[in-house]
This record gives sequence, structure tokens and C-alpha cells, in this order.
Amino acid sequence: MIGITAFGGYIPRLRLSRKSIVQHIGWLNPAIAGGAQGERSMCNFDEDSLTMAVAAALDCLVGQNKQGVDSLYLASTTLPFADRLNAGIVSTALNLRDDIVTADFGSTQRAGTTALIAGLQAIKSGDKKKVLVTASDKRETKAASPYEMWFGDGAASVLLSDENVIAEFKGSHTVSLDFVDHYRGSLKQYDYNWEERWIRDEGYAKIVPQAIRGLMAKLEITMADVDKLIFPCFIKREHAGIAKALGATPEKVVDNMHEVCGETGVAHPLAMLVSTLEAAKPGERIIVAGYGQGCEALYFQVTDAIQDLPPRAGIRGSLASKETTDNYMKFLKWRNLLLTEAGIRGEAPTQHPLTAMWRQRKQLLGLVGGKCRKCGTPQFPKTDICVNPECRTAHTQDDYEFATVPATVKTFTGDNLAASVNPPNIYGMVQFQGGGRLVADFTDCKLADVKVGMPVKMSFRIHAEDKERGFTGYFWRAVPIV
Amino acid sequence: MATGIRDKVVILGMGCTKFGERWEAGAEELMVEAFEEAMADAGIERNQIEAAWLGSAFVNYNLGRSAVPMSVSLRLPEIPVTRVENYCASGTESFRGACYAVASGAYDIALAMGVEKLKDTGYGGLPALGSMDGPKWMTASASTAPGGFAQLASAYAAKFGVPMEDLKRAIAHVSWKSHQNGTLNPKAHLRNAVSMEQILAAPIVAYPLGLFDCCGVSDGAACAVVTTPEIARSMGKQDLVAVKALQIAVTSGSEVGHNSWDGHHFVTAASCSKKAYKEAGITNPREELSMMEVHDCFSITELVTMEDLYISERGEAWKDALEGFYDRDGKVPCQIDGGLKCFGHPIGASGLRMMYEMYNQLLGRAGQRQLANPRFGLTHNLGGRPTENVCSVGIVGRYGE
Repeated sequence: MIGITAFGGYIPRLRLSRKSIVQHIGWLNPAIAGGAQGERSMCNFDEDSLTMAVAAALDCLVGQNKQGVDSLYLASTTLPFADRLNAGIVSTALNLRDDIVTADFGSTQRAGTTALIAGLQAIKSGDKKKVLVTASDKRETKAASPYEMWFGDGAASVLLSDENVIAEFKGSHTVSLDFVDHYRGSLKQYDYNWEERWIRDEGYAKIVPQAIRGLMAKLEITMADVDKLIFPCFIKREHAGIAKALGATPEKVVDNMHEVCGETGVAHPLAMLVSTLEAAKPGERIIVAGYGQGCEALYFQVTDAIQDLPPRAGIRGSLASKETTDNYMKFLKWRNLLLTEAGIRGEAPTQHPLTAMWRQRKQLLGLVGGKCRKCGTPQFPKTDICVNPECRTAHTQDDYEFATVPATVKTFTGDNLAASVNPPNIYGMVQFQGGGRLVADFTDCKLADVKVGMPVKMSFRIHAEDKERGFTGYFWRAVPIV
Repeated sequence: MATGIRDKVVILGMGCTKFGERWEAGAEELMVEAFEEAMADAGIERNQIEAAWLGSAFVNYNLGRSAVPMSVSLRLPEIPVTRVENYCASGTESFRGACYAVASGAYDIALAMGVEKLKDTGYGGLPALGSMDGPKWMTASASTAPGGFAQLASAYAAKFGVPMEDLKRAIAHVSWKSHQNGTLNPKAHLRNAVSMEQILAAPIVAYPLGLFDCCGVSDGAACAVVTTPEIARSMGKQDLVAVKALQIAVTSGSEVGHNSWDGHHFVTAASCSKKAYKEAGITNPREELSMMEVHDCFSITELVTMEDLYISERGEAWKDALEGFYDRDGKVPCQIDGGLKCFGHPIGASGLRMMYEMYNQLLGRAGQRQLANPRFGLTHNLGGRPTENVCSVGIVGRYGE
């Protein structure tokens, strides 16, 4: 049996009230009011597709032996590097083995399901034992675009294997069509979109059913053999219409998360799948489809093993853990849609030394420190001579991962002087259970909530952007658990 | 067996510029200003200086690298000149170099200069850190000096169970006292008195530090000429101010990396002051010290330092501060010249500026600020951040006492 053995999800904590978008910029494009239900998820200033992909993958790996992962597929159309393997960054952040396959999947909104099928095929062939698929998107739109209303940011991740399968893969079907509802030229920042009515009638309404009907014919099943139907379509009414046309009763149709999150791009079919698995009972049968330049559909059946999967935040947990804002200006600023004054202090150079980055890759991306073999002291960073004043032995440190070790706040401040797009910049010393500490930026918190002694968890975030050279540097930040 | 530096070196002359926003002067001109005063005070000629040290911290915004800019500005005659940099202890490092040169017998007369031109950056506060500060930048939080030191307050309050409101009042008193003292100093950057209410109501720079908890960012230079007691006497000098101790302690990295430190004080200062007292022969600093100029880059820094100098008991400095123990009319007056808070803080010059006040006090030249019959004076610098720093402690007194 092959299929999914674990899943994880990540939706950024911040949600932007869609009414606030209309209130601020509806005057420019009153049509956007039509999509102003609920809220959309919104990356914090230090989040992007890559950081969300890491968060979802970490969630997926809860309770799993990650050393067994022998392939990592990353799917997104909004990755930070056009020529530097983004999956390699995720792999280093997760501190996976070096001798694994890493690959980026992109260029289409259905890259998430494409990566999923590719992973399942690798397992099926017997070539790979554990494939981690993580899909993520933070799609950029111009201000007052209707897509600004429909889109959300998020990521989802699944682990595929032929052992401990919680959802058995039964088959897939793909339709490839160069249907261009939107495109983004390789050096362009924003999508170019054609008329929504055409996208709705000739795109979603025809292509999604073509793939799903094809799958059902291939597997000789009908909608009676399907308990949950998952496919993305940001136009809510059309989403329901397509499901109805396929013969799915409303309780079978998995919500497109418009009101609570918005469409998370390449991640969305996987995010809807993960959210479904989180509540699934053994025996449930699921169709999940990804749409973009055609459509591909997969059929799964949930097994008894799902009951043994350790708890995780997942999509539902992420959705529940939120802070809603009506600060549309903040959204504009963080999406680089607002030119603001940073002051001369903000001009400090941000060039990343690639040589030092390579030497320190485990430390920088993986939050890997050292643990002294002599005295047992965990420490960050890993150095030649032990930090323990009672030890000081040389060359005794083994790699020690801090990323998932519980930690608490030791000292903190909220700094109004530091150049920041989210002042005050909150940072302080965090101390890990069992030993080790570091001074870290804090994120996803308010100064008033931070207290000495409170628990924090580490989160992979953007550390510094070098906009002049197009480089994004990453490191780990502390998220206080209120 | 090493015998330390006590009474081996005396100060022949000192100079210090007015600190402040010296828009009209560069680092070169500031050095000349301090140099001229020191030379006149010492009563020597330029060519009697045999070796010189320069302390400056922010090279990119200041003089640039090496000792060449000082040697050229002062037109020193092809003698050994050395630039030192050790964060905010750079001025004291410069002084230490000159003192050790004389104490070793290598030279008869040596000069120590400290200078910083901070107001050429185009913005307030100290220069921001960036990728030019080395690969550590790739993991460093986007922090500033106030944010780095502000964390002492959260840790101190947690460690000793002091309510933040009480700690805020105590550190406000620290700044209030320094402003009082600053009004009496014509060379101080800030010479205005402020009320406790003003201090407590000021905008927050880095929680819980408000504007008045932060020292001035200033331009300035200070200079000392040192020699042996014998040579000073031979030159007709009567009242001699002697160096009793000069110590530096640099972190081993345990604070930032090992869980043995609670973040509420300076490990380096606790060690450095012990060594300095031993070198100076002081056994009870609370009783024996007459005055102090400590590194009050932020009010909380001064407060916790009182415990690391073994003057206040652990967890008690905030009470001593509120009770006026460190006021000008208190038991151990601290920051008589206004401190970094009001005299100002041109990084490289600060250690020598502190020494300048001790020197003037011991010679009875401190004007309106003059204390009655001071005996031992202590200077203290703290460079870096509480997590990783350099501490210097100097003790001076009358020669032979």
C-alpha cells in the first residue's frame, strides 16, 4: 500500500479583514466589494513562501523519523530564487540528509498536485521510501485587484511512503491544456489576468470536471464512491456549481476556505486535503484535484492508521490560531506596495557573504548548534571550544538541533529605534530546555504579551532582504506562546 | 610575581573638549583641542612625547583605520603611535597602553587620546549594524544599543521580583541625578535639569527605557599625558594623581551561550572590579571610594553596575539609587560631571573623560562640582552589550596615599 503517512499545514497567524480592504481602496475599484466576505490570511513581514513551506513541513514531520526522508519536493510559483534550488533551502532548514533528491515544482497553479503525483510515483516505483511534499504560495497582487480579495497565503505538506499509510493512493488522472486564464512573465512581478467570466465558464467549469470524470472512469468509480471532493475555485458560487454538476451532494464538497483564509495558490488543493484529513474517519474516500493549465485529480482512501497519527497544528489549528487586523496599510507596506521613509539608519548594507553562508549553513538555516560530548552542554552556535565555564574542552561538539526544542524567554525588549517595518522590534534572549540559548528576534507577538519565563517556539523566518541584489536571507525567530 | 600598576604611573596633564554636537569640528580638530589643553597642563613640548595611543571605535564614521590620522593631526614626530579599539572601553584601553608603556620603563612620557565623531552619520543614536560587521550579522537580531541594554531591566525585575514601576522610578532617579550634575559642568553636552515626572513621561526608546534613560550621542575627545612619579616630581609637580589600578575583563562568551547567567548584571564587571580593588588595595569599596564615573550608557546599566562594583548588595541597587546614595551629596557620588548621560558619550573618548573628572576632583579643580577631600576615584566602561562585552575599571588617587 502506498499513500500519505503524515500531513501538516501552515496558515500565517495574521488575517486581514476583507471589509478593511474595501473601506480603504474600494473607492478605486468598487467591484472588489463582491468578494469582501470574512478575512484573508496574510504573511507577517518576515514570512514568504519558503518560510511557510518550512513551517508546514515541520508540522508534517511531527512524530516522524525525518532521517528517513529521501526526497523533498517543493511546489510554489512564488519562490524567492529563480536560480538557486529553493527546495535545498527547505531541506537545510529541516536538517534533512544530504543524499536525498530535492526539487522545485512551479510554473503553474497545479504544481502542488503535480509534486504529489510525482512523489507517489517515486514511492510506487520502489526507488524512494519517504517523499516529503510541501506546497506554499504567497501570491502578489496590485492594490485594489479583485485577486487581492480572493487570495490568501499558506502552505501544506504531506509525507508519502509505503509504510504506515493513513490515506491510500488509489490512482490519478491528468489533463494538460494550455488554458491561459492568467500568466506572469518570467521577470514580471504581478499576474496578468483575463476576464473572470471566461475563466469561470471555459476554465474551471469545463476543465475540472474533465479531469475528475476521467479519474472516475479510469478507476471505475462514481460519485457514490467519493465521500469528500476537493478542488480549488476562488469563485465560490462556481465552486458549488461544479461540484453539483459532478453529482456531489453539498456535504461531500470541501469548502474552498474563502471566508477564513482565501485561496493559497499552489498550496490550496493540499491545504484543503490536509484540512479534510484532519477530520477524516477510516474508510473515507477522497478526490483531490489541482487546477492550472489543465487539471489533475487523485483518489485516496483513509486507513485505520490515521487514528494513531500524533496531534499537530495542521490547517485547522493554524486557522484557529489567528490575529485579525483591519490595517490594510500594513498589508500594503509589507507587500512592497507602499513606499515609506526608512531613514538613514535603514540604509545599513545587507550583502550576504556566500562563502560564510556555506560554512555556516547548518547553523544559519537549520538552527543546528553543538552539544559537548564531555559535559553534555548544548550550545549555539557550535564552536571549537565548549562554552561551559566548567568544561572548555576543545573539539568535542556534535551537531545538536534546536529548532524544535522547547524554550522560554529569558530577557526581552521592544525596540523603537531599530529600523523595522513592524516596530517596535521585539527581541531578547531565549533559553532552551536542556541547555543552550540565543538572542533572537521575536515574531507573531505583541510587546504587551511578552513576559520573562513564557514559552516560545522557534520559527524559520526571513532575516534580511537585500533588495539591491535580490537576495533573501533566512534565520530562526522566537514565537511567544501566549 | 606581578605587582600591578599601583603608584607606578602618574598623570602629568589632561585635556578634554566640550562634548556635544560639534558640527564645526571633525575628529582631527577635536583631538587637537584636547591635546593642546593636556600639553599646557603637563607643561611639556610635543617632542617630549615618546609614544602615543589612540582609542576610537566607529572607524567607518570617524577617523578611519590606523593611528596615522592622529599622528598627522597632532604632528607627532615619527614616534610609535598605536590605535586601539575595544568597544566603549577604547579610551581606557588607550590610557592603559600609555600607562603600561611608562610602567614598563620603555618610555618616560606617553600620551593617551580618545576621540569619537558620531554626529557625521546623518541620524540619531549609534551607527546601525549591517553586513559590514561580519557574518554574525546573518543571525543577529535587528537590535540597537538601547534594546540590548534594556533587556537588563526585564531580567533584573524578574530575578529580584522588583515591580517594573519601582525599577522605572529607580532608573529615572539615576538619570535625574546625572542631569542635576550636568548643569554644573560647562563642558557637558546636556546642561539642563529635568524632573522625575518628565523622565517618567518620556517616549519609550526600547522597553522599558525612555528617552531620558539613554545617554547623549556626542562628539568629543579627551587626552592624558602620563609619566613616572619621579619624573613628575623632577618637573616640579607637587600634587600627583597616581594610577592605582587599571583592569580589563572581556567576556568568554558564557553569558550569551551558557545558561548560567540570568541576564540581570555584567559578569565581566563583577570580575574586573574585583581585580581592580585588589590591585589598588581597596577592601571595602562602599566605604573607601570617594567618587565614581561609571558607564551609564543607559540608566539601567549604571544601576546594575553598582552591584557588580560591590557597592550595592545584589538586588539592592535600585533602593540605594532611590535613597540618593549615589547623588552628588550622597555617600558615593556617581557621575559628578554628568556622566555619559549628560557630559555625553563620544565612544573612544569616554574612558579618558571619566579619568579627566577624577583627575580634576583630586586636584581640587572641579569648580562648582568639587567634592570635599576625595580620596579614591573609580572609572568604569562597559563596551558591547550585556550578552557580550568588554569591561574596564580604573582607580586613581593621590600619589603615595
